[in-house]
Amino acid sequence: MSQSTTEKPEVATEPVAAKKKVVLSEGKRAERKLGWWLCAPAAITMVAVTGWPIIYSIWLSLQRYDLKFPDRTEFIGFDNYVTVLASPYWWNAVWVTAVLTVISVAIELVLGMGLALIMHRALVGRGLVRTTSLIPYGIVTIVAGFSWRFAWTPGTGYLAELAGGEPVLTEKLPALMVVILAEVWKTTPFMALLLMAGLALVPDDLLKAAAMDGAGPWQRFVKVTLPIMKPAILVALLFRTLDAFRIFDNLFVLTAGSQGTSSVSMLTYNNLIKGLNLGIGSTMSVLIFLMVAAIAFIFIKLFGTAAPGSDDGGKR
Amino acid sequence: MAEIVLDKVTKRYPDGALAVQEVNLEIADGEFVILVGPSGCGKSTTLNMIAGLEDITEGELRIGGQRVNEKAPKDRDIAMVFQSYALYPHMTVKENMAFPLRLAKVDNATVEKKVADAAEILDLAQHLDRKPANLSGGQRQRVAMGRAIVRNPKAFLMDEPLSNLDAKLRVQMRTSVSRIQKQLGTTTVYVTHDQTEAMTLGDRVVVMRGGIVQQMGAPQFLYEHPANLFVAGFIGSPSMNFVPASLADNKLQSVLGEVTLTDRIRRLLEGADAPREVIVGIRPEHFEDASLVDATAKTDGGVFTSQVEVLESMGSDKFAHFLLSGEQATSADLADLAKDTGDDTSVGGISLVTRLSASSGAKEGEPSEIWFDADKVQLFDPSTGKNLTYTER
Repeated sequence: MSQSTTEKPEVATEPVAAKKKVVLSEGKRAERKLGWWLCAPAAITMVAVTGWPIIYSIWLSLQRYDLKFPDRTEFIGFDNYVTVLASPYWWNAVWVTAVLTVISVAIELVLGMGLALIMHRALVGRGLVRTTSLIPYGIVTIVAGFSWRFAWTPGTGYLAELAGGEPVLTEKLPALMVVILAEVWKTTPFMALLLMAGLALVPDDLLKAAAMDGAGPWQRFVKVTLPIMKPAILVALLFRTLDAFRIFDNLFVLTAGSQGTSSVSMLTYNNLIKGLNLGIGSTMSVLIFLMVAAIAFIFIKLFGTAAPGSDDGGKR
Repeated sequence: MAEIVLDKVTKRYPDGALAVQEVNLEIADGEFVILVGPSGCGKSTTLNMIAGLEDITEGELRIGGQRVNEKAPKDRDIAMVFQSYALYPHMTVKENMAFPLRLAKVDNATVEKKVADAAEILDLAQHLDRKPANLSGGQRQRVAMGRAIVRNPKAFLMDEPLSNLDAKLRVQMRTSVSRIQKQLGTTTVYVTHDQTEAMTLGDRVVVMRGGIVQQMGAPQFLYEHPANLFVAGFIGSPSMNFVPASLADNKLQSVLGEVTLTDRIRRLLEGADAPREVIVGIRPEHFEDASLVDATAKTDGGVFTSQVEVLESMGSDKFAHFLLSGEQATSADLADLAKDTGDDTSVGGISLVTRLSASSGAKEGEPSEIWFDADKVQLFDPSTGKNLTYTER
């Protein structure tokens, strides 16, 4: 923003520049000032709503700060980090989150691709297919979460009966599977939509050419469609991974983090809001921030050339 | 290598639209056949049916004597070059050309050799490791050709392969397409809407319109003996002039004056059941500046005088344009042609393009006496479009 607002006027005033140097630098300064003024509201809002909370939570994470014992608040450096990183609860939550993320995103990718192909190729009722497949994504997660919970609770739910009346949500592994199911059910349509945009990038002629060159349907998909839509796949994966890593609402409703099913967000919430321990809670949220940043970094570095915004003209 | 036979091949879409109607075509082994016509005439659909990219509704397609209607494109062993080139953007030039061979599980050494050979023929050797995005239009076109020829397929299908090139390059590539086809001797079906490409490239040209084959034959034959108004107007550039005329007592009366029919034309008309009102077609080169024609020829031909509207000197000859007062010739064929060229301007008269010798003294804005060869006129029936003077000679 600031760049374009300052640069454009410069170009416009250049002819004047050659004649009167003093007037120009004055005008230039005014333009630059205007540019800053124009950007200021947005910049200040950004700093206020994202920058400041991050900095403040880092500051909190460096203190012993428990609202139950407010007078014992003091600066303790990295002691909170030592506490959190030495805690088995934290590492269990990290593992649970990682497993939930990897498995649900993997399933979503496969199902989403299938759904995207169906929607892309659908000859009739394309609009209807798209609308119906988006319904899960349109339902508020908490509401969907409750309906999953009732469905899996023996006595009230049909799914629990199918499972033989077992209270699946009361055991760690089955509960996590139910959480994954709920996540996949909800976000596959989102994945499909992102992937469908990628499918639209593949020119029909290329697929025809591949058919003429002797490729069967599977070979066409693997050797032509997938490589061309790679950027779209990576964007979809990045979005969903970051999203899945912060899983909270489904877990909150389905297990409330019992039986060791807490995710990192869940654990942070329990410490920060329920436990009123601002120091430990902030430490955890800073760690989550670092992990999310690392995931984004890995995606963009590893798949660098294909990351959004850095297309190398691969689309001809 | 193989011959391709289309036996009453028809394409009807599910909504009932008839795209191609009973096309009969026998393409000999090694022949270069051009399908030409305005957009929507069914030429690309026909090609796609040969390729297997579209299903054949009725009729039979045989490649090398074998019915292939039900075969998938990959099992027909034919290669296709697309207008968009359809190069795989994520592969290098080499990988693009090797793609069909890799799919066919050809061993590495052979792939290397074939790609190198093709690159040699197409002058692509120094670009093998580049991606299509970094190539010029002409180079991409050559890569597309390369991908087709490495396989040694039974036939090449080309769907307007030169249409995306600029004019000068198109002429160059036209020659090299022709050279490569001769060199390889592979049966080729080539689709274009450009009559110049059709005339210069093919052994045989098939003119299509509205899904129906209008005429097929050698380019020169189509030019000299068009079967109907559509073919007459489509083939040739600048195109044939059409003027409404009436026939009476072996004389042809029109805005170009009155001429006596030559014996040859009179004989042709006798068998044709000609109506009184006809459309006379004269090619631009059959006109001449009357002052450059000797006296006997002058009396045998037609002569008219009109003001030269525009004069274009091409160096070797001159194109003189005239606007004669009178009604334009009308017929369904001509309307189709006008629609194709997008020419919906009514000039308010009969426009005429004539090709005169460079030594002609015609001047823009001044009246000029113009002669035309009465034996070279073609007469058409306005209602059916049929050429009344058609001969198989």
